[in-house]
Amino acid sequence: MTAGATPIEDELYREIILDHWRNPRYRGHVDPADVTVEGYNPLCGDEVLLTMRMRDGSVEEIAFDGHGCSISRASASMMCEGVAGRSIGEATELGHRFRAMMLEGGSADDLGDLEALQGVARIPLRIKCAVLPWNALLEGLQRGGGTVTTEEGPLS
Amino acid sequence: MSISVPPRTTARGVLSLAPDFDVEAVRADFPILQRRIGDRPLVYLDSAATSQKPVQVLDAVERYYRQSNSNVHRGAHTLGNEATELFEGARRRVAAFLDADPRGLVFTRNATESLNLVASSYARELLRPGDRVVLTLMEHHSNLVPWQLAAERAGLDLAFIGLTAEGRLDMEVAARLLSEPTRLLGVTHQSNVLGTVNPIRELAELAHGCGALIAVDACQSVPHMPVSVRELDVDFLAFSGHKACGPMGGGVLWARPELLERMPPFLGGGSMIQRVELDRSTWAEVPAKFEAGTPDVAGAHGLAAACDYLDAVGRDRIHAHEQALTGHLLEVLDEAGVDIQGPRTLVERGGAVSFTMGEIHPHDIATILDREGVAIRAGHHCCQPLMRHLGTPATARASVYLYTTHAEIDALGAGLREVGRILGPPGTPR
Repeated sequence: MTAGATPIEDELYREIILDHWRNPRYRGHVDPADVTVEGYNPLCGDEVLLTMRMRDGSVEEIAFDGHGCSISRASASMMCEGVAGRSIGEATELGHRFRAMMLEGGSADDLGDLEALQGVARIPLRIKCAVLPWNALLEGLQRGGGTVTTEEGPLS
Repeated sequence: MSISVPPRTTARGVLSLAPDFDVEAVRADFPILQRRIGDRPLVYLDSAATSQKPVQVLDAVERYYRQSNSNVHRGAHTLGNEATELFEGARRRVAAFLDADPRGLVFTRNATESLNLVASSYARELLRPGDRVVLTLMEHHSNLVPWQLAAERAGLDLAFIGLTAEGRLDMEVAARLLSEPTRLLGVTHQSNVLGTVNPIRELAELAHGCGALIAVDACQSVPHMPVSVRELDVDFLAFSGHKACGPMGGGVLWARPELLERMPPFLGGGSMIQRVELDRSTWAEVPAKFEAGTPDVAGAHGLAAACDYLDAVGRDRIHAHEQALTGHLLEVLDEAGVDIQGPRTLVERGGAVSFTMGEIHPHDIATILDREGVAIRAGHHCCQPLMRHLGTPATARASVYLYTTHAEIDALGAGLREVGRILGPPGTPR
């Protein structure tokens, strides 16, 4: 992590991220939920609780709660916005593409607002903040619930 | 919110606590302080996590490898003798630093290993089911988890001393718990989160009064103030050399030698034995009994050099300098409108100060400060139960040391204004 000439508001704290942080969408709990996943970042103690109701192979309702930094909350908010109403296949693919952008330098094309989080990928210590809710999502979609951490996210 | 500091430490008077402390001369000994972070000078306010190292320590380590490197306690060649003498000399030097008997001084990898040694070899092996160990709510995981492991294995009961609203140990609870049969009290000398300095001497009296031993985590005190195990009357004391200007990877356990003699070994292997048969062994004298395998000779020698350095500067003077800095830090944080977690006065308080800024997460504070060149710690500080007690998942923490300047504290204040500019004043969002 090094300081650069790029103002931090352009690289990390972009307006869209701050907006999702200040006014998170889909915050709360789906009740009753078909899928409940807890996500932990053991390094910093951040937690996310993801609940979903599935219908006809799609994410009918989704919500998140927990506590974390601006990046983790904005990422969770944008994620819920991105997968609500989508089929399990589409949501899973979005999850993989987001992780690829953050972890493997993958393309941000067609990721919409999520592209705003690309700057986080340049700050190694903060990548896990952005990825945590997505690990929870993929765990929930693949296994129907459970617990994930930033240290052993689903890989497939 | 108001900050109360002794009159001598307010405004311009701060230096009166350490009138002849030449911080620039100290800084000249620490090469890393010349670093820049991007286009900003490094402002290192994370010494509670690890201290920076003076050239005197760096040179000692290099000199060891260049001139004397060899394995210790083996062989009869010149280098082996030199390395052994340096290692045992380091033991005497570090023991003297603690005003302690060198026969009780065990070199470990870090304070965590030191505390695990006590929990494993003393609590797990020598205590019995139903015996009670008392800890506190402000312990670092390193002075909590080892006791949990020992308690599970040996059937021990754990009890905890809670905190007052100001973030100090509730001494009424301590007195009550330590009036009942207890075998050991584990307590930190200074909280790495709250900065609270605990009354170890008083706690040792309470512990001994009910038949308990006292094990002290001194990671945050030994680097910053004179600490005498004789005056504190403690039975076990652990600290990490790397927080006291020593090399990374070096820790210390001091224990009363008669306790070490009663305790079974922690790790087995070379150096810790007297005679080995195929099916059994006998143990070396203490403290060698607890130092299995090749030790970090360079690290021990470097830590001895760190002790020399800190004593040359003067631990009383370092403490006075840090008290002045901490007073300024409390004032700057108060002006920034943040919530200080822990005592707001300099009374029994060290220079690690945690704070929160409403809904702004400490990670965001730390990331923005990093752009300003200011290094602080953000997170749970390996104190998750304490975080739950404080009602926050994480705090930001600034900590000072002998090389910290008042101008650096001001840079933190400026950085916090930048945090407010980008993320809104404390408490704004939602």
